[in-house]
Amino acid sequence: MSKYYVNKFLFTVDRDPEYLKRYTEDPRNFVATWEQSIGPRLNDAEMSTVHSFTEAEREALINHDYVALFEMGAHFFLNLTIFIGIYDAPYMEKHGPLAFQKEFAAKLQHWAGKEYPSVAT
Amino acid sequence: MAQLVATLASTHHPFYLKATTMPREQQMPQAPEWKRKIEAYRETLTRTKPDILVMIGSDHFHQIFLDNCPQFLIGKAPRYDATFYNEEREFGIPKYVLEGDEAMSGFMHQHLMDQDFDFAFSNELKIDHSIICPIITVRPDADLPVVPIYTNIFAPPLPSPRRFYNLGRAIRKAIDAYPSDKRIAAIGTGHLSLELGGPRQFMETGPDPEFDRQAIEWLRSGDIEAILANVDHESMAKSGNATHGFLNFILMLGVAGPEAADYVDNLDLFHTMEAYFTWYAKEDAA
Repeated sequence: MSKYYVNKFLFTVDRDPEYLKRYTEDPRNFVATWEQSIGPRLNDAEMSTVHSFTEAEREALINHDYVALFEMGAHFFLNLTIFIGIYDAPYMEKHGPLAFQKEFAAKLQHWAGKEYPSVAT
Repeated sequence: MAQLVATLASTHHPFYLKATTMPREQQMPQAPEWKRKIEAYRETLTRTKPDILVMIGSDHFHQIFLDNCPQFLIGKAPRYDATFYNEEREFGIPKYVLEGDEAMSGFMHQHLMDQDFDFAFSNELKIDHSIICPIITVRPDADLPVVPIYTNIFAPPLPSPRRFYNLGRAIRKAIDAYPSDKRIAAIGTGHLSLELGGPRQFMETGPDPEFDRQAIEWLRSGDIEAILANVDHESMAKSGNATHGFLNFILMLGVAGPEAADYVDNLDLFHTMEAYFTWYAKEDAA
């Protein structure tokens, strides 16, 4: 498991409008591309050989499954902001302000009152 | 020596600008009250006529990430670009360029090192909404040079509450020792109880209104002993998974000294308690 690498995915995609568009429209292909050529990038010249996704992490990212990502200990801020970027506008149009954020919270209700999975990396 | 003319500590709500500038008929009912409170808070800074702003915030994985994650970092650059693409997208915050003050940044860095705070530094720091939100609220003309300081409230393990307080004390000493006739204001932002990306996010109140009430009283009276006796990383997590932003309030109380605040206000918004504090420097507080 690599919480760090999941966070790196969320971090690199949320901050880049082109990546975010591709992750929104075709998550399966984009996750494959990310693993091949974006995730390993350390800087413009260097590649890292250190991290990779587990099958569960890969599937959670492909499925925009923020509940699974929360449960794996993905950082709460990254896990929220990227999916707001994808879902806030369409939910707002259909159901009004904060509809997506409230659904996100509702799907995590089974964690209310419990200690959350650690986000430490 | 430089003079610390005011210490401001507040929450930073990234939607303030959007909420108070959208067409009136679309605004939330509290928007006019929110704007009035912010303008009153702004006046607590304006009246002190500062020359330089020491800004304390916390990067939200905008420039800083887990590949290289400092606990405390000071900016040392001639100017600072601000606001990342995803903050423009999510919060509607515009881009800014803030002037820096390399001389003061350099002095502060050395002075803090000499006090055993081994700061990381950045000569090319792009700043995020933790510092731009207070510029928008208390210095919207963005016309003063800044010395930005970032703390880690996000990526565990975090420094202890006592360490944050002691860092505030050290920042105060460094400001007081700065050989300049400039008037300095220290402005920091954080959070009271806050949940992001968890089951208690975006409720009618913050996730722990009782903590919020208590925290405001502690800060109002400057009761650092009560804070340190009652607040630790576990208790903050129980109050909401992003409540560790309260550490920056503890730091700012360290800058002010353990004194009662001169100005206190708060506003119960739809998912957070907003709070605004100002301390004016007293001779014996340093």
